[in-house]
Amino acid sequence: MEQTVTVFSGFSAQDLLFLGEAALRTLWISLLSIAIGSFLGGIFGWVLYESKNWGGILVNPVLDIFRSVPLIVQLVLFYNFAPIVGLNLDAFESGLVVLTMYTSALVANVARGGIESVGRSMRIASRSLGMSYWQDMRHVVFPIGTRAIFPSWVGVALGVMKDSALVSVLGYVELVKASQVLITRTQEPLLIILVVGAFYFVLSYPVSRYSAKLERRWSQ
Amino acid sequence: MFEYNFHWRPVFKSLPDLLEAALTTLQVASLAMTAGILLGFILAVSRMRETGLIYWFATTWVELARNTPALFQLFFFGFGLGALGFHLSPYLIVLAGLTFNTAGYLAENFRGGFEAIPSTQLRAARSLGMNPWQAYTRILIPQVMRIVYYPMTNQFVWVVLMSSLGMLVGYRELTGETQFFASKTYRIFEYFAVTAVIYYVMVKVILVLSKFCASRFFRY
Repeated sequence: MEQTVTVFSGFSAQDLLFLGEAALRTLWISLLSIAIGSFLGGIFGWVLYESKNWGGILVNPVLDIFRSVPLIVQLVLFYNFAPIVGLNLDAFESGLVVLTMYTSALVANVARGGIESVGRSMRIASRSLGMSYWQDMRHVVFPIGTRAIFPSWVGVALGVMKDSALVSVLGYVELVKASQVLITRTQEPLLIILVVGAFYFVLSYPVSRYSAKLERRWSQ
Repeated sequence: MFEYNFHWRPVFKSLPDLLEAALTTLQVASLAMTAGILLGFILAVSRMRETGLIYWFATTWVELARNTPALFQLFFFGFGLGALGFHLSPYLIVLAGLTFNTAGYLAENFRGGFEAIPSTQLRAARSLGMNPWQAYTRILIPQVMRIVYYPMTNQFVWVVLMSSLGMLVGYRELTGETQFFASKTYRIFEYFAVTAVIYYVMVKVILVLSKFCASRFFRY
C-alpha cells in the first residue's frame, strides 16, 4: 500500500532545532560583520577626523551612500553586481560584505565623534609629556574615546544584528528565512513569528538595557 | 572589461513609473511619520509616571519596537494578524509596521527631550496661571521640539529607507516596483542601481529641506 504524503505538517521538535540552527546563522553573520565593520569603521572614523579636507571629500560621500540607500537595495544590488565583475559570491558572502560595509559606515561617524570627544587639552598634555602621535592615540584617545562612544556603538551593533534579517532576501537561511520556510510548511504563522520575535528580543533587550545602565553610570 | 552588457533602456522607459513609486514611498513614509510622532508623543507622556497599566503598555510597545527587527514587525502585521483573522492590505501592513516602529523610537527621543528640560519650567508656567494644556503647548513642547528636531529628521530618513521592506510584503512602493520591473525584464542590477540613486537623492533632499525648515523654525 502506498504511503500518503501530506504537504502540510504540524510544528515539531525538529523544527525548533531548525530554527535554532538558523538563529546561530543570524548570530554568526551579525558577529562577523559587526567585528570587521567596527574595525574598518574605526579606521574610516580616524581618516575622517584626521583629514578634514580630502577625507571629507573622498571618504564621506562613499560612506554616505551606505547610509542613504536602503539595506535591502544594497544587498540586491551587490548580489547582482558581484558576478558582473567576475566574483562568485554566495548569499552568505555577499550578505557579509554588504553588512560589513554598512556597519563600517555607521561606525565611522560614531568613531569620529569619539575622537572628537577627547579634550584638546588632554591631547596636548599627552604630547607634551613626550608621547608620540601613536602613543597618544593608543594610550589616551583610544581608552577615553571608546568609553564615550560605547553606548552608541552598542546601538549600532544591535541595529546591525536586527538588520541582518534582511539577508534573507538573498536566500541565506537565517532566522527570518527559516521562519518563512516553516510557515509555508506548517501553516502556523503566529506561533513561529512569535518564536522568532522572542529570539531577537531576548538577544537585544538585555544588551540595550545594560548599555543604558552603563551610560547612566558613566555620565554621573 | 565586463562580459556583461548593460541594458539601461528598459530602466529609462519605466523611469516615470519608478518616480511615481518614489512618491508612493514618500507618501507612506510621511503618513507613518506623522502617526509615529503623535503616538510617540503619547507613549512618551504615558511613560512619565512610572506605574499603572498605561505605563506598562507604553513600555512594552517601546521595547518591542526597539528590540526586534522592523522586518519582523511587518511580518507580524502581515502573517501574524492574518492568522488571527485580521487581513490587512499590503499598504496597511507597511503603514502599521512603520508607525509601530517609528512611534517606539520617537517615544524614546521625546522622553529624552522632556528629561532635558528642567522641571522648574513647567512649575513656573503653572504658577503664572497657565493650565497644563497651555504649559505644555506653549512652554514645554516648543523647547522639546528644538532638542528632538534633528533626531526626528534622522528618524524620517530611517522611515523612508525602512519603507523599502514593503517589497517583502508585496507593497509596490519604490523598491517593490523596482523588484516588479526587474523580475519582468531580468535587468536586476540596472533597475536597482537606478533605485539606489533615487533613494540617495530623496534622502539628500529631505536633509536639505529639514535644515532649511530648521533655520525658519528656530530663528529666535
